[in-house]
Amino acid sequence: MLKITDLCVNYGGIEAVRNISFEVPDGKIVTLIGANGAGKSTTLRTIIGLVKAKEGSINLDGEELLGRSTTVIVSKGITLSPEGRHMFPDMTVLENLKIGAYLRTDDLNEDIERMYELFPILKSRKWQAAGTLSGGEQQMLAVARALMCHPKILMMDEPSLGLAPKIVRQIFEIIKKINEQGTTILLNEQNANMALQAADYAYVMETGRITMSGTGKELLRDSSVKKAYLGL
Amino acid sequence: MNGSVILQQFLTGISLGGAYALIAIGYTMVYGILRMINFAHGDIFMMAGYFMIFSMAVFPWYVSIPVTLAGTVLLGVVIERVAYRPLRTAPRMSVMISAIGVSYLLQNLATYIFTAIPMAYPSIPFLKQIFQFGSVSASLVTLVTPVLTIVLVIALMQIINHTKAGMAMRAVSKDMETAQIMGISVDKTITYTFIIGCLLAGVGSILYFTDRMTVYPYSGSLPGLKCFVAAVIGGIGSIPGAVVGGFLIGISETVLVSLGYSTFSDAFTFILLIVFLLFRPTGIFGEKATEKV
Repeated sequence: MLKITDLCVNYGGIEAVRNISFEVPDGKIVTLIGANGAGKSTTLRTIIGLVKAKEGSINLDGEELLGRSTTVIVSKGITLSPEGRHMFPDMTVLENLKIGAYLRTDDLNEDIERMYELFPILKSRKWQAAGTLSGGEQQMLAVARALMCHPKILMMDEPSLGLAPKIVRQIFEIIKKINEQGTTILLNEQNANMALQAADYAYVMETGRITMSGTGKELLRDSSVKKAYLGL
Repeated sequence: MNGSVILQQFLTGISLGGAYALIAIGYTMVYGILRMINFAHGDIFMMAGYFMIFSMAVFPWYVSIPVTLAGTVLLGVVIERVAYRPLRTAPRMSVMISAIGVSYLLQNLATYIFTAIPMAYPSIPFLKQIFQFGSVSASLVTLVTPVLTIVLVIALMQIINHTKAGMAMRAVSKDMETAQIMGISVDKTITYTFIIGCLLAGVGSILYFTDRMTVYPYSGSLPGLKCFVAAVIGGIGSIPGAVVGGFLIGISETVLVSLGYSTFSDAFTFILLIVFLLFRPTGIFGEKATEKV
């Protein structure tokens, strides 16, 4: 289980994250929803070690990760599919998959085949430069790349950003499938409707604070969430 | 000018070009990964010259060469550690200024320790063997330099395209943060880059000074600048570009000298730079600047 306690992060001269605590239990889908600039991305980037926290604790299965390098954190089983996908555009699809498994030293073929099964489109494009893929395909590659390191926890930052509704539904189906196969998911989403439907548990972030939490279904019914995030 | 003179000059040109190419690779690789010009690179090359002088005073040449290369690599890695790494998150200009500082530091340190009087570069007997082909004569070093350059570049391209460390270098140079998320250690990858760059500068230094015969504290500054120009002309960030740029400058310099314009040959290199910056700023193999908003 990933347990965040009293996390404070200053980022770009402002208090981006103020004293937040939340938990990501094993095998669940947990989502952080909230508007742009609420501190969701900063939270994920702090967990993965790209941003230094001011104080607090990030605890994975009893081990403190705060202050560790990104390499160490990834090796402990947390990975991030970053906002905007961030493919290596000059590398082929296959190379992008391989680089996702950078810290592994065992044979990758089985996992590469598994990714091709999960995302058939990637198989037909494996020799193509990743930069030539469409947005949806890139998002699939980003997820596949992240899965290549066998993460316990896959964090996804805005996977639906800039994608057509049909592709968004596809991405969410894949998220559920990955979760059923045993990977814990921590999801950042502005698309609150999709995220809450998929999530076991959800936290609402506003200006760096967690203002509300509950199961996905509870928040879907909550009137203030409806008004602020679902546009109902 | 008859055929044998042309061949003679051509040999000299590709030999000089090969040494330039090896140094230019160091500029281009460091730029590719850190987006900064390592102005100290030419002075690292000069220090490699002194390392060779002092190790040859104690060891035979076959021990001196690895000692020199190891010393050069160590110097480069220490410079990166002390002068560049603490500025990793600082604006790029700060790192650049730090590099200029290191450049002057090395020059002045060399002047202080070794004095400004040129020191004789030891000759490695087998490299100085003279070969005679009809009316063309060349020492072994002239023939070895371009061949060795090509071999090293091919090996380097293999490392970059087909090994894990090479994959890490390509990833860090494209997108440092995403590379980190993949579990790649940026610091380690940058260290590898400096190791390769300095190793090649060390090899280049041995080949270059064997032909020049003296080393003084400023002998790195002009060749360093020319190799920087070579990297820019080839397209900074591109390794094949640096090699082509190195050969281009080496050959054109030799041609100008043989035509009797030796005083003009240095200026020509920089005129070439200006022409390229005006008409093809990304160089021969430069990355297209596709900035996505």
